[in-house]
Amino acid sequence: MNVLVDLGHTTALRSPDREVLTLARTVAAGGTVSVLTHAPDAAGLAEELGGFDVAVLLAPQDAAPDLSLTDTALLDAALAESGATLVLGPNAAEVTDCFARLAVRHSAAIITDAVGVDADRTVTKSVLAGGYTTTVEPTTELAFVTVAPNAVAAGEAQGGQAPDVKPLAVSASGAAATVTGTQVAPASSRPKLTEARVVVVGGRGVGENFSLVEELADELGAAVGASRAAVDAGWAEHSAQVGQTGVTVSPQLYLCAGVSGAIQHRAGMQTSQTIVAVNKDENAQIFDIADYGVVGDLNKVLPQLIEALRERKG
Amino acid sequence: MSVNIVVPVKYVPDAQKQRTFREDLTVDRSDAILSELDEYPLEAALALREAAPEAEVTIVAVTVGPAAASGAVKKALQMGADAAFHVDDAALAGSDALGTSAALAAAIQHVGEEHGGVDLVLTGMASTDGEMSVVPPMLAERLDFALVTRAGTVEWGEERNGLALTRATADATQTVAVAFPAVVSVTDQANEPRYPNFKAIMAAKKKPSAVLTLADLGVDASTVGRDAAAASVQSATPRPPRAAGVKIQDEGEAGIQLAAYLAEQRLL
Ligand SMILES: Cc1cc2nc3c(=O)[nH]c(=O)nc-3n(C[C@H](O)[C@H](O)[C@H](O)COP(=O)(O)OP(=O)(O)OC[C@H]3O[C@@H](n4cnc5c(N)ncnc54)[C@H](O)[C@@H]3O)c2cc1C
Ligand SMILES: Nc1ncnc2c1ncn2[C@@H]1O[C@H](COP(=O)(O)O)[C@@H](O)[C@H]1O
Repeated sequence: MNVLVDLGHTTALRSPDREVLTLARTVAAGGTVSVLTHAPDAAGLAEELGGFDVAVLLAPQDAAPDLSLTDTALLDAALAESGATLVLGPNAAEVTDCFARLAVRHSAAIITDAVGVDADRTVTKSVLAGGYTTTVEPTTELAFVTVAPNAVAAGEAQGGQAPDVKPLAVSASGAAATVTGTQVAPASSRPKLTEARVVVVGGRGVGENFSLVEELADELGAAVGASRAAVDAGWAEHSAQVGQTGVTVSPQLYLCAGVSGAIQHRAGMQTSQTIVAVNKDENAQIFDIADYGVVGDLNKVLPQLIEALRERKG
Repeated sequence: MSVNIVVPVKYVPDAQKQRTFREDLTVDRSDAILSELDEYPLEAALALREAAPEAEVTIVAVTVGPAAASGAVKKALQMGADAAFHVDDAALAGSDALGTSAALAAAIQHVGEEHGGVDLVLTGMASTDGEMSVVPPMLAERLDFALVTRAGTVEWGEERNGLALTRATADATQTVAVAFPAVVSVTDQANEPRYPNFKAIMAAKKKPSAVLTLADLGVDASTVGRDAAAASVQSATPRPPRAAGVKIQDEGEAGIQLAAYLAEQRLL
């Protein structure tokens, strides 16, 4: 099967990209894997793709002047170029938007948030906030599938040749929005929330003193996350929100304090390997899924934990 | 000048209750509510109307779903929508997003015919049951409208013939300008949806609300529904509940005990 991977505006591979590339290599099973980036200037990316058995890297010559319209035309052109019957991409809005538009244009199946894809294109996904696992089959010759982060183990790049970069030229016509400004978020010295091995999350129970959560995170070399209540209170950035309308995390250790464990929050963290919760309410829902629960006041437990961790380090 | 806004709203099972699949592999909607994420585009539409009375905004809520889905449009009318349409047709059962978006697009065109055009379609960022976020881009494609997904703030643009928006991407915040006609999906960061008061609930009863069939909309029934679905659900298995583990009570040493647990599990 020929597979096309759409990496969105990626210029350097992130872990969700590596996960999708690994999956593509597996399901292609001898067919070709083509990759599309929507960012011009793809030479560096081509270097990184060596080792993922990628036949060709398709890239535009210029940045798109609009939102979604040109990007969709690019993917359509890449599709024709690749002869793919399966198009994969990370589960990001910019990718989903293009997939959905082309699903309409080509009357093709679209399945989002896959946690697995078989060689016969059967997709496994987790739905209703993780309550059910479903299998879904495309009934059309062409199918678009976005892949959930942290669902597939990213394989190592294995030697291999950097693919040729093939420029794609498209002209799209139609109604579109324009981006009038971009403000890049300041880089944090902490690990990325979606990629971190350890995530420390604070909820409403933390109160104004959110730096306590940050201090613990730094002691553990962890990323900082927050519940929506903590974000709404202004103690953390929205980009730190874990849950249904935030990010999904699946770290080795998820440690939260002052989080009740609402269904919308659990939707974004329940596949974590080990879950630790500190909450003063012994009936908090979070304890239903915690591997280790501490019933107690976080203002006492967290400082003591930080102290104990420092002592262990010596 | 007048501006017509359509807000598609979905009827979904209440996430606070046990959500299950039925034998036909569709989600059980017997205990359902207006998708909470669809309150944000409704609030955004109401705020646009209140910010510019001279723009003469009309807000029409539209839902595609079985009889019970009338609950979604009812709630939308109570929040402040002016009129509502409910597309209800047996042939829609088991539709995938392609089928749903085809019916919705036809309903939006129908609103346009009745109200002299549609300028803006404001949707939720995702439905709380399907969580696909694909219907908004599908509507833009079908209607040939401009598309902006995941808007975090929604304001009038200059001249009021479009909007000024912001949206968060993975590592940046964008400011975006869009001219009408447009489809814009709105996140739960955008505003604080209002609660309908008694007066609004009473007023909603007098607002126009109509049920439409596929035939009314000129949609070929064989292009929607389970048999036409491009993505077909084969199985739905409840996930085994995650077993709760150890729970300790803090008696003054819990921080130290927790550090020991983390060390023992090799998590440090
Ligand atoms: C459509 C929709 C989408 C949503 N999306 C998300 C999402 O993506 N992410 C998300 O997190 N939420 C989301 N929510 C909100 C969710 O329903 C909850 O309201 C939210 O998760 C609650 O956050 P919390 O646990 O911090 O606060 P609360 O539920 O208020 O819990 C605070 C907890 O802190 C404990 N506590 C208080 N003081 C202390 C102390 N001193 N020591 C120890 N414990 C203490 C309390 O016992 C309590 O359990 C969404 C809701 C909706 C309707
Ligand atoms: N059956 C439906 N009826 C009305 N609007 C819908 C329906 N399904 C989806 N939508 C709209 O599309 C948005 C995204 O839904 P989805 O693509 O299912 O995640 C929702 O927030 C609604 O605004």
